Amino acid sequence: MEAKPRLLTILDGVTVVMLIIATGMVFFYAPVEAVMGLVQKVFYFHVAAGWVGMLSFLVAAGAGIAYLWKGNRKWDVVGMASVELGLVFAFINVVTGSIWARPIWNAWWTWDPRLTTATIMLLIYAAYLMLRSGIEDPDRRARFGAIYAILGFLSVPLTFLSARLFRGIHPVVIGSNQPGAEGQFDMTALMLQTFLFSLLTFTIIFIDLLWHRIRLGRLQDRIEQMKLELNL
Amino acid sequence: MTNSDANIAERASRKAQRKTTPVYLRTVWAIVWKDLAAELRSRELISSMLVFAILVIFIFNFALELDARARFNVTSGVLWVTFAFAGTLGLNRSMAMEKDRGCLDGLLLAPVDRSAIFLGKALSNLFFMLIVEAIVLPVYSLLYNINLLHPGLIAVVLLGSVGYVTVGTLLSSMAVQTRTRDVLLPILLFPIVLPLFIAAVKVSAGFLQGLDMSEIWPWLNLIIVFDLIFSAVAIMVFDYVVEE
Amino acid sequence: MIEVRRLTKRFGLKTVLKDLDFHVQAGEFVALLGPNGAGKTTFLRILASLSRPAMGEIRIAGFRLPQQATAIRHILGVVSHQPLLYGDLTAEENLHFYGKMYGIDLPEKRIREVLDLVGLSLRSRDLVRTFSRGMQQRLAIGRAVLHDPEVMLLDEPHTGLDQDASIMLDGVLREVAARGRTVVMTSHDLARAADLASRFDVISRGKIVASAGRAEMSAERLPVFYREAISETGGRAAASPDHSIHRVQV
Repeated sequence: MEAKPRLLTILDGVTVVMLIIATGMVFFYAPVEAVMGLVQKVFYFHVAAGWVGMLSFLVAAGAGIAYLWKGNRKWDVVGMASVELGLVFAFINVVTGSIWARPIWNAWWTWDPRLTTATIMLLIYAAYLMLRSGIEDPDRRARFGAIYAILGFLSVPLTFLSARLFRGIHPVVIGSNQPGAEGQFDMTALMLQTFLFSLLTFTIIFIDLLWHRIRLGRLQDRIEQMKLELNL
Repeated sequence: MTNSDANIAERASRKAQRKTTPVYLRTVWAIVWKDLAAELRSRELISSMLVFAILVIFIFNFALELDARARFNVTSGVLWVTFAFAGTLGLNRSMAMEKDRGCLDGLLLAPVDRSAIFLGKALSNLFFMLIVEAIVLPVYSLLYNINLLHPGLIAVVLLGSVGYVTVGTLLSSMAVQTRTRDVLLPILLFPIVLPLFIAAVKVSAGFLQGLDMSEIWPWLNLIIVFDLIFSAVAIMVFDYVVEE
Repeated sequence: MIEVRRLTKRFGLKTVLKDLDFHVQAGEFVALLGPNGAGKTTFLRILASLSRPAMGEIRIAGFRLPQQATAIRHILGVVSHQPLLYGDLTAEENLHFYGKMYGIDLPEKRIREVLDLVGLSLRSRDLVRTFSRGMQQRLAIGRAVLHDPEVMLLDEPHTGLDQDASIMLDGVLREVAARGRTVVMTSHDLARAADLASRFDVISRGKIVASAGRAEMSAERLPVFYREAISETGGRAAASPDHSIHRVQV
């Protein structure tokens, strides 16, 4: 049995410590925002989760290209792992966004370009998983997954662009209290530090989990292989 | 190898080389011809798309209470939803036909480029889609007393259909090879074509409301960019959809 | 004509064909025998350029697979489990379409010849969807020989054929073989194989485990040869390749 790599164990520790520090910074280091109050603290992890959601899309598309090019199964495992994580983080992103939006915008949901794009991303992730679950042949599953990840990655920026343009023509949809815009303009140095640290923390969490998931995929393969050998 | 064996081998290799480049466009056309001939026989695909499209419009009529003013605002949205829904029906049927008696293997066995197969299928799908649209537009004009036969609107219907059918042909050739088959196509297709869809609705509405071209161009550009990117990618990855 | 060296094919992690070697001289008629799941269909699909091998070298008429697949496709005629025909086209139209796909000269004349050959001249204008299984298989054979292929690959071609159609198929295959074409045919039906083939290869667990020429073989000897070949490789031994007799798990 393949032993757990030392580096991964270390990374696990680093991740946990960083997450504790980041949480501490959010609550005790960064000042309370004057207008929005405590609920603004959602912002740090909210944006970080959204960032990871997008990052995993990039990784999945990259793994898709690599798989189609090289045909090596390990890229399929990477792509699959990345999409699963992306789904979770994009979901955290949308939920935390709603928690923040309720008191600030007085609505759980608005058709803001970012929200729309994040949700479409979620739907594409979900479609990816449904596509895979409908295919028995592992090679075909990997090929189709790779293709769909690439198509999704190409389409999402266009969705963002069109949602943006959409708002541009209808400026009455929501007011000027854009989440990103407001956060960026009013951020103090302490807030900025907390924000950047949260981004870094979530990126590390992503890398750590991705590694675990890839390792899990490899172990699954190993078990499958052993079963086949026993059958022979 | 004996002498006669050598002769046979030589003849075979001559034969293979002589015909290594069949005319690309003729192959594309052969596939389109085959689809049209089959459709002319059964009329299953276009008639089901058409009936479905008219039904969707009627449902919208009652769901949205399309009075004169509302009609003006939502017409382009209703039209594109109708096209998109009817489109998945046609795409599924067109691919199911290739899978039914293993015909896709038959196409792949032929000494033709895979991209020619993709182009042939995409063109016949586009043709079916355009026929349905060419009937729906005047019918809608008649039902609601709006003139939809505006040259700009026709252009955007054409451009929008190209992008939709390109992605649709690729994804339906994937969906047909899965266990869930036709159920899967809209789930795969709609999130990917969403930007195209939004842009097509905006451009159509823009033309209908007589907006200035400067407001329409950004959307039209988006459609053109979508068409170009996805046609290129679809042709590139189609090999991986069909080759095991 | 066909040279296969160390061919390996996997489905995911499962190895279906392992280091398979297979050589066929021009003009040979090889019957590929083996139990279900031995990899016959997979092997034939790889030769037909429909499936890519994981490893190994394949040459047909000197061309490499998959690099020179297009050249090879010109000289291959394939009959598979499915007829590969369009139900909403007539027999004639189906052949016409495939004729275009292969770039055949004088298609009309050739189509009439082929329809005659498979005994479907009278029904040439009927839709394929109205055909019985056997008639569809006849037309599938017509489709496969349309471009006068140098190499024919047939996967269980007798399945679903009635007596007449089987005799017709045997006639077509004999005629094809007599003109020096190369044929590889998988079969469950030892009697038919013994009748037609000039060589008998047994495939089991992803490998060719035995091979015998026409000279050393007779219709009586073939079942014995087959059973020995299968059981020697261990694992699943087929009491008989025939579906009607159950298989024993060893």
